[in-house]
Parts: sequence; structure tokens; C-alpha cells
Amino acid sequence: MSRIVGIDLGTTNSLVAHVEGGIPRVIPDAEGRALLPSIVAWTGNGVVVGEAARRQLARNSARTVYSVKRLMGRGYDDVKDELARLPFEVTPQAEVVSIRIGDRAVTPPEVSAHVLRALKQRAETYFGEPVEQAVITVPAYFNDAQRQATKDAGRIAGLEVLRIVNEPTAAALAYGLQKLSQGIIAVYDLGGGTFDISILRVKDGVFEVLATNGNTHLGGDDFDRAMVDWLLADVKSRHHVDLSGDAEALQEIRLGAEAAKCRLSFDERTVLTIPFEGFTYHRDISRTEVEALVESLVAATLGPCRQALADASLRADQVDEVVLVGGSTRMPLVQRRVEELFGRTPHSRMNPDEVVALGAAVQAQILAGGITDMLLLDVTPLSLGIETLGGIVSVLIARNTTIPTLAKEHFTTSVDGQTTVDMHVLQGERELAKDNRSLARFDLAGIEPMPGGMPKIEVTFLIDANGILQVQARELRTGKAASIEVKPTYGLTEDQVEQMVEDSFTYAEADVEARLLIETQTEADTVLNHVERALRQARDIVGAEERAAIEAARAALRAARAGTDRDQIRELTTALNQVTAPLADRLMESAIKDAVTSKRADRLLENS
Amino acid sequence: MSDYFTVFGLPRKLGVDGEALQRRFYELSRQHHPDFHQGLDAERQAEVLDQSALVNRAYRALREPLARVEYLIALEEGREVREGATAKPKAPRELLEEMMEVQEALEEAKAAQGENLGGDAGTRLREERRRLEERYAAEATAVVGRTAEWDRLVDEGGDRRPLLEWFKQRLATRAYLRTVIGDLSDALGEREDQHVSYRRH
Repeated sequence: MSRIVGIDLGTTNSLVAHVEGGIPRVIPDAEGRALLPSIVAWTGNGVVVGEAARRQLARNSARTVYSVKRLMGRGYDDVKDELARLPFEVTPQAEVVSIRIGDRAVTPPEVSAHVLRALKQRAETYFGEPVEQAVITVPAYFNDAQRQATKDAGRIAGLEVLRIVNEPTAAALAYGLQKLSQGIIAVYDLGGGTFDISILRVKDGVFEVLATNGNTHLGGDDFDRAMVDWLLADVKSRHHVDLSGDAEALQEIRLGAEAAKCRLSFDERTVLTIPFEGFTYHRDISRTEVEALVESLVAATLGPCRQALADASLRADQVDEVVLVGGSTRMPLVQRRVEELFGRTPHSRMNPDEVVALGAAVQAQILAGGITDMLLLDVTPLSLGIETLGGIVSVLIARNTTIPTLAKEHFTTSVDGQTTVDMHVLQGERELAKDNRSLARFDLAGIEPMPGGMPKIEVTFLIDANGILQVQARELRTGKAASIEVKPTYGLTEDQVEQMVEDSFTYAEADVEARLLIETQTEADTVLNHVERALRQARDIVGAEERAAIEAARAALRAARAGTDRDQIRELTTALNQVTAPLADRLMESAIKDAVTSKRADRLLENS
Repeated sequence: MSDYFTVFGLPRKLGVDGEALQRRFYELSRQHHPDFHQGLDAERQAEVLDQSALVNRAYRALREPLARVEYLIALEEGREVREGATAKPKAPRELLEEMMEVQEALEEAKAAQGENLGGDAGTRLREERRRLEERYAAEATAVVGRTAEWDRLVDEGGDRRPLLEWFKQRLATRAYLRTVIGDLSDALGEREDQHVSYRRH
């Protein structure tokens, strides 16, 4: 089997990891960085991802997308409250929101696909071979649509997603591999955008999830927002400027707030300095101040913890170990609240930013057959049901049921000769259909015309090991499989994903082309600058003939540089380099001579 | 389709060693979980998925004494058991009189329009709820208390129908109590969570 990588596709940062010699390791980029900021920017020169995109946040805010995980598998109504806070434009479509980048509309799975592609490339560079299969993690509390959107993102990025794994359980796997835990483990995972709590029993290599709960819209992003509001009010009162409508300023404040928040996890006080046009904002911030701002948000994580314990039929004092995962658990306030709830000191012996990716790599290794003594038994986080008469939900599969699992339900017709039956599938814990998450509407078609009530159609609802629903139907009298047309309420259709996969190839080529051109042009610029400087410095040691040759090569390169013929630019760059090589040598010699008597060589070498 | 007792190689009895059941569950999971069958073709994968789902459902139905009784009733009656039916259960006859009282308390609270739930109406609702919760717990204890009797009947070949009927009655009463407790909590605005009350134990 080919190599399978584990990917943590995070709200704020993403990572890719693999198991090497029995030990899971994060795969770093060329500069040795483990974290790839989950930020994608559309620049005049193509799409950039990660650190390069982060630098675009303030100056190219309308075309720089961050925290897109919060939009995955969501409809407009779900996210409209927070759209006002996002600097990019989100189109108000009911089913799948999309982000307007110039004249293109980009869906959240496509944005995530850019992040995944960057990680894929990182892994391919590292291994020196193609990587086509992956395990990707999602918040445990992600619903069907959000999981499916993540799987779609993988496909668009050219990855076969062999498994969607829940983040807290992935973390438990990473810990488990190091044989740290045995007994009842609570994993408290507070990341950039989502919160999960999972309660597991770890025994004899089996990781059995007993219950999970969470909030897919609660994380460090929300802490940052609370801080931004507070800072905006402070700027207004002290400088009499309202920056709330200034996208660039908002990004500066957000980045400043985020950095200050992180520092305050280690220091009691910090200073925030942001230069704006006309004034510099300077603010001394204490940890206590920030804790007051986020207190209610942290408190909102405790209800799900209690519910998960209740669902697992456990009391807090029966938990043997509490593990902290996710960058937001670095906040001392979070640690205190978790400790109070469980009555035990939580720990994060493994790096809370990396542990989920490491766990994904462990799961990848299990799927590849490389680890056979570990088994993860996860659960579905939300109850699955169908709408019945009166808009009531009839639950088919209860939340916290071990997956894979299935339920069968029988349907019939009500009118003579009726050939289709429609059903509405929902996910959630509320009694009324309208209060739950609509997953899809199904049309059972091709039923043979019979008197009403005669057909007996058996529908099988299967939740696979990814936590994703599959539906099959069969008419029991004829034994014929009934066809099902799925209309996902929130999500891309099969055709749309297919189209995006195709587009991604086209755009990927275009993107690579664009990037290579930029690199070649940059190289040409560098050489042109050097030559110009050299000519100035070496006025006395260049003969007329040599100067003419150099000038001709310069002019040719300048002309080519304005165009897009990459090969031509590269050839002419090489040509200019060659024609100036003797001059460069002479300059170097004279510089070394000078260096004996002055420090000028330093400067000269620095400049060359 | 094989019944859940058969999946675990158990006789159709209510006394089950929880630890042994869990061990067996882990063993069966190691055999059938899709994680260990990645290389198969689509058809075999689907079989593995079905098998794994069966093991998981069987464990869920058998691991708790009360769920076990519910499953057994369904099995003996030859109907499909399904978790979480949300249709409101009908009031068992024995409870009718008491329920009139509860209904009265609810009406009273409604008349107070939620403003005065800290007062008499609220006190009465809370008192009713506490009483029903005790009763709810007692029903479970009663059912579990007679499971050994069932197993003895199985061993000795006695008539199990009366006991089965009694189990059914108790569980129906219990399901009804759960609904009423939920209604009372709703009226008090104190429902601990917004979840459907499908949990039966």
C-alpha cells in the first residue's frame, strides 16, 4: 500500500504527519516549520498559502481567506452573524456559502483544498514521491455535512481521504501510542474555532469513545473577537477614531490581539503597539483583563463536558486522566476551569498544536496495516432521525452510538399508484424537525405502482467509520433496489465536486505556471539590479566594448522581463550573467584589495 | 439476521457478565472493524461494514441490564427493536389517577404563566417531579431485580409469558414517566438539556 499521511486541517493552523520507525512525526516545510497557517490569499500573481498568505491579511484583506473551517458544510443562515466580521465577501446562498474573490466564487472546500494541497506538496517534497492518500481530522462534533465538506476538500486537492477521524480521538491515539494512558480519559480540545470533549475508555489497545460533545463554533477566534471589540472601544475613547469600518485596521488589531493573547498565557502583562495612520495605539494589557473578556466563552465549554460525562454514565471523579489539546488550552484560565470541573490537574505532555496531526498519522498507519494492536472505536456525535408527521423527529440512531452502525426503517405509499416517497433526514437532539440540522431530502423513486400502503420499502441508514451517512433502499416485495436521489441540504453535489476536481487541475497548472513565472522574473530583477550597481561602482574598469555588450544584454532581458515567456527570461538572465562575469570577478578582486585597508568589502559583498 | 445474543455467542438470558461481554466486544471489533480491511474490493468492504455495524449494535443492546430487557422483549415478540422511538407513550392505566394530579399541577402552573414558578405552583411542580423521578428509578430497580427469575425460567423450561408481560408493563410505565418528567421540567423552564429523552437508563 502506498504511503498514507495524517493531516490536521485546523481553523488556524494545519499540519501533516507520518509514522516513521514506529514514531509519529510532523513533516516540516523547507524552513523547518511544522505549522502551516490555514490562510489562502489570491494575489495578482496567483494563489498563495500559509505564511505568505498571512502577510496578505492586512493589505489584501478582501482576497485573503482565513478560518474557513468555520464555514465548512454550513449554510448562509448558520454563519450570517459572523460574516460582518470577516473581511472577505461571502455570498448569501442558502445551501453552500461561497467567497467572492474578484470574479470567481470559491466554496469553503475549495479554499481548504488549497491548504491540503500545500501540505500534500510538503509531504511529497519530504518523501521525494507522490502522496495520494490521507487521513484527515475533523472536530468530533462536526455533523455529516461538515464531514462531507472536509472529504470533498481532500478530493479537490487530489487526495483520497481514507478516513475522517475525530480530533480528540486522534489525540488520544497519539498519547496511547506512547503508552501513557490506560483507563478513563477525557480529552478537552479547544482549538482556533471549535471545541470538543471526548470521554474514552482505553484498555488493551482499544480506544473506545464512550461519549462526545462540543461546539463547532467556539474557539480562540471567539476570544480574539472579544478582544478586538474591547480594543476598538478603547481606541475610540482614547483617540476618538472609529476603526470598526476599516478592514485593514481591523486585521491589524486582530493580529495584535491574537499575539497579545498568546503572550498572556505566559506573562501576566503585555504591551500592544499598533501604528495607525496619524497615531500609534499603545496599550498595556493584563492577563486579568483578557480573562474577564473571555470568561463566559470558557464557561460555555463546561456544559458540553457535563453532558458528555452524563452520556457516558460517569461522574467527573471517575475520570483517570484529563488531556488538553488545541492551542487555546494554553490559557491558564482554561486550565483552571477544566481542573475545577474534573477535580484533577489536566496535562498536555504532548505539544497541543501537534498532537492531533500525530494521532492522524497513527490512524493512517493502522489503516496501512503497520499497527495492528491498536483499534479506535469512535461514536457518532449527533442523533440521526427522520421527519415524521407533524414535523416530529423520529430518532433512528442515537448520539454516542459506536460507528459503524446502521438502522433500518420501513416506508410505504399512501396513495394508489404512488411511485415515489420522500424523506427528510436530520441530525440533532431536538424533538422538532425544524430545530434540527437538515442533512438531506431523499426521493425514493421507481416504486412499482401498487395500491397505497402495499409497497414495503426498507431503507437502511448506515453511518460509516467516518461518521458519514450512507443510505440504501430496497422494495421488499420485489426485492428491487429503489433508487435514491439525494439532495444534500448543505453541501456540494457529486457533480459539483467532480467539476471542482477538474478545475483544480486546470487552476493548479495555471497556479504553478504563474508561480514559476514570478520566480523567474524575480531572479531576472535581482540580476538586473546587481548589474546596474556593478556598472555604477566599476565605472573606471569597464571598457567601451564590454559596456556595450552588457548594455545590450541588459536591454534584451528588460524587454523579455516585461513579457511572460519564462524560458526566454531565463535564457537572457543567464546570458547577462555570463557577459558580466569577468566584471564581477574584477570587482571582487578590487574589493578584496580594498578590504585590506578598509571595511568597504563588507559593504560591497553585502550588496552583491 | 442473527440476533444480538447469537452475535456474542450467548444464550438468550438476562444475566450477562459485563466484563466478559466487553472483552468479547473488543475481540469481535478487532475481527470486523473496517480499519483492518482496507484493501478489499467495494463489495467485501460493504460486508465488513455491515458486520461491524452488527457487532456495535449488539453490544449497545446488551451492555446495560435494562437495555437488555428491552431488547429481549422485542426479540421474544419477533419485532424489530429500535432505539429512540419518540412517539409519546400512552399512560398506563395504573398511572391515570396520579397523572390527573400532575396534569392539575401543570394547569395551575400555566395559569400562573410562568411568572410565579418560584411560588406555590413551582413548589408543587417540583414536588411532583421529585416523586416521579423516584418512581422512575424504582421501576428500573424492579425490572433488573427480576432478571434472574427469567433466566431460571429459561433453564427450567417454565412459562415465561407472564414475566415478559410484566417486564413490558414496567418499561412502558417507565417510558411514560420519563415523558412526564420532561414535561414538568419544561414547564419549570429547567430542562437540563434540550435533548430528546431517548435515554432509557
